[in-house]
Amino acid sequence: MSAAWTMETAGAGDWPAAPSGAGALLSVEHLTMRFGGLIAVEDVSFVAGKSEITAIIGPNGAGKTTVFNCLTGFYKPTVGRLALDRGERAFLLERMDDFRIAQHARVARTFQNIRLFPAMSVLENLIVAQHNRLMRASGFTVAGLIGFGGYRAAEREAVELARHWLAKVGLIAAADTNAGGLPYGAQRRLEIARAMCTRPVLLCLDEPAAGLNPRETAELSDLVVSIRDQERIGVLLIEHDMGVVMGIADHIIVLDYGRKISDGTPEAVRADPTVVKAYLGEDDPDLPDPPGGRDGGGG
Amino acid sequence: MAVVPDAPARSIAPGERRLDLAAVLKEAAIAGLIALALGFFIIGLKTDTVPGGLALKGRWDWVAIAVAVVVAGRLAIALRRQMRPQAASARREEIANRIADGVKTFARYAGPALVVMAVAFPLTPFANRYYVDIATLVLTYIMLGWGLNVVVGLAGLLDLGYVAFYAIGAYSFALLAIHLDWGFWVALPFAGCCAALLGVLLGFPVLRLRGDYLAIVTLAFGEMIRIILLNWYHVTRGPDGLSDIPRPSFFGLEFARSPEEGVETFHTFFGLDYQSLHRIVFLYYVILALALVTNFFTLRIRKLPIGRAWEALREDEIACRSLGINPTNTKLTAFAIGAMFGGFAGAFFATRQGFISPESFTFIESAVILAIVVLGGMGSQIGVVIAAVLLIGGTEVLRELEEFRMLAFGAAMVAIMVWRPRGLLAHRDPTVRLHQAGAGGGSPP
Repeated sequence: MSAAWTMETAGAGDWPAAPSGAGALLSVEHLTMRFGGLIAVEDVSFVAGKSEITAIIGPNGAGKTTVFNCLTGFYKPTVGRLALDRGERAFLLERMDDFRIAQHARVARTFQNIRLFPAMSVLENLIVAQHNRLMRASGFTVAGLIGFGGYRAAEREAVELARHWLAKVGLIAAADTNAGGLPYGAQRRLEIARAMCTRPVLLCLDEPAAGLNPRETAELSDLVVSIRDQERIGVLLIEHDMGVVMGIADHIIVLDYGRKISDGTPEAVRADPTVVKAYLGEDDPDLPDPPGGRDGGGG
Repeated sequence: MAVVPDAPARSIAPGERRLDLAAVLKEAAIAGLIALALGFFIIGLKTDTVPGGLALKGRWDWVAIAVAVVVAGRLAIALRRQMRPQAASARREEIANRIADGVKTFARYAGPALVVMAVAFPLTPFANRYYVDIATLVLTYIMLGWGLNVVVGLAGLLDLGYVAFYAIGAYSFALLAIHLDWGFWVALPFAGCCAALLGVLLGFPVLRLRGDYLAIVTLAFGEMIRIILLNWYHVTRGPDGLSDIPRPSFFGLEFARSPEEGVETFHTFFGLDYQSLHRIVFLYYVILALALVTNFFTLRIRKLPIGRAWEALREDEIACRSLGINPTNTKLTAFAIGAMFGGFAGAFFATRQGFISPESFTFIESAVILAIVVLGGMGSQIGVVIAAVLLIGGTEVLRELEEFRMLAFGAAMVAIMVWRPRGLLAHRDPTVRLHQAGAGGGSPP
C-alpha cells in the first residue's frame, strides 16, 4: 500500500497551516493547468480545512471546474502539488489515477451535469458507490460466487448505509425506481448521497444548486451543512448562487481568468474590491456587495 | 374523452379535421414512384438462359401489380392516419406495453418451466434425431447469447468479434484432444481459459474505446483470428480443418457401436441396444448443463459488486471513476468472462461436430449471436432464450420456404426493431431492493 503517491504525515512539515487552525485537509500549491496555449488555471494555491465548507466562486470560465477535475484526477495538472492529509496518511493527488483518488484518498465528487446511472435503481446507484468495500467482502467475486456468508453481511451493511443517506435526502420511497426517472432536484440530491456512500473525507460539489427551485436550494444548503457538522468532513463547493455560498461557506476562494483574486471569510470576500470588480466589471465604491450577495437565503 | 365510443368519434373526426386529399394522394404517388424505381430492376428485368448466352426479359405486368399494391397500401395507411390521427400509434404503444407486461409475468414462471421442459424434452416421444439436433443447436446459441450478454448487455461493450472466442475454444480443445489425448471434461476448462486469456489480450488495446470504435476493432479482431486459423497451416491445418476430434464420453463410457479393445461402451454398461440417438441425447444434456451453468453464473454475478460495476460502467464510465471503480479491471473481467463462455461453447461445438475448420467461424456467426442478444433485449436472460429459439429454430422451421427464408428472417427483425427497439424483453429488475418483505440482502437467484 505504500505506493509513490502516499507519504508519511510526519515528513510533510512544510505545509502551510490552515487559516482557521482546524488542521488543513487539502492544500493546493501553485496549481497550473494548461491546455495547449490556453491557461485554464494559473498558479492557484489555497487550503481547505477539515469539517469546513470551502466555496470556490468566480465568473463563468474562471477555471473552477478545472480545479475540481485536477483534484479528482480527471486532469493531470501541468504544475502544482495537491496534498490531502487524512491524518494517518497523506496523499499527493496529482500523482494518482482518478479512481485511486476516490478509492484510497477518499475524495468524492458530483458533476455539474448530473452523472447518475440512469437505468439502475436509486438504491443500486448507492450500492455501486460502495464497490471497493463490497468487492473485498465478496473475495473479489470468487468467494461471493460460491456464496460465503461474509458477503451477505457486507451487502446488508451497504444497504443500511444507503438507507441512511436515502433518508437524509428524502428518497426512501423512490429507492427501487430507476434513477433516470427521478425529477431533476431529486437527481441532484441522489448524486450527493451517492458521493457520500463512498465514505469520503473530502466532498467536492460542482454547482449542486444549479437548476433547483428556491425551496430545493434551501434544503440543499441544510444538507451540505449537516454533512459538514455530522460527518465532520471537508466540503469543496462550486456554486453560482451567492445566497447559498454566503449562507453556508466558512471560507471562500474567488477565481477569475484562472487566477485566485481573493481568499477569506465570506465577509472579507464580500468586501473585497477586486471581487466586486470581477463580477461587475468596474470598481464602484457605492456597491459594497457583489450582486449575488443580495439574493438572500434562496427564499 | 377516452371513453367516447368508437363510432361517433369516427363520424366527428372528418368534420373537425378536413380530409387533406391532396396530401394523401401525394404521399401515395411518392410511394408508388419509389416502388417503380426499385421494381424496375428488381422485378421488371429478368435474365433467362437461352442458347448462346443470356437474354433479358421484361416483366412489366409484375411491376405494374407491385406498384399498384404499394400505392393502394400507402393510400389506405395515409387515409387511416388522417381519420384517426394519434389513436393508432397510442394504441400500438399500449398493445406493445401490454405484451411486455404479459411476457414479464410470464418470464417469472417461464424460467423454471423452461428448464423442466428442456430436461424432459429428449425423453418425450417427439425426440427424434432431427429435433434433438436442432434443440442442441439452439442451446449452443443460447449459451453463446448468454456469454455475449455479459459483454454487450451488462458491460455495454459492443463486441462484433465474439465468434473469435468461440473459435479459440474450439481449436484449443481440438488441439489438446488430438495431440495430448485429453478428454472432453479435462480439456474444457483449458479451452475456456485460453479464450478468457485472449479476451484479456483483446481487452487491453480497446480499453479506451466505446461504441462504434470498439465495434470496429472487435470486428477486425474476429477476422484476424479467423485468418490466423486459415494460414497457420502446421498447427491448425488451415482450410483443411481439424478432424477426428474425440467425442465426449459418459464418465469414461464411450458412445460407439464397436469399441476398441478394453474400452467399455455406454450401451453395454447399461445393457441397452446400441442406438446412435444415445450420443445425440447425451450431447444435448451436456450443452444444456453448460448453458445452465452460464445462466446461473450470470444471474449470480449480476448481484455481486463486479456485476453491478459492469452495469454502472455501461451507464456512465466517468461517474464510475469518480466512485473509485477501476475501469480497466472491470472491463477486462467482462471481456474475460464473456470470452470464457464463448470458449466453452466452442469446445462443445468441436466435440459435437468432430471436425472444425475456419469456415465455421465467420463474421455471420458473430452477427447472429449479437442479433440474439439485441433482439432478446440487452441484459435479459430469458429474452436471449426467446430470441435464440426464434432465430435459430425459426430458420430451421422455415427451411421449406427456401430462398424466401432469409427474407422472412429479415422482415421479422425489422418488425421487432420497429415495435420493440430495445428488444423483446427490455425490462430490467433491480438487483437489490429496499422495499420488500424482510428488506436487506439480495434475494436468491
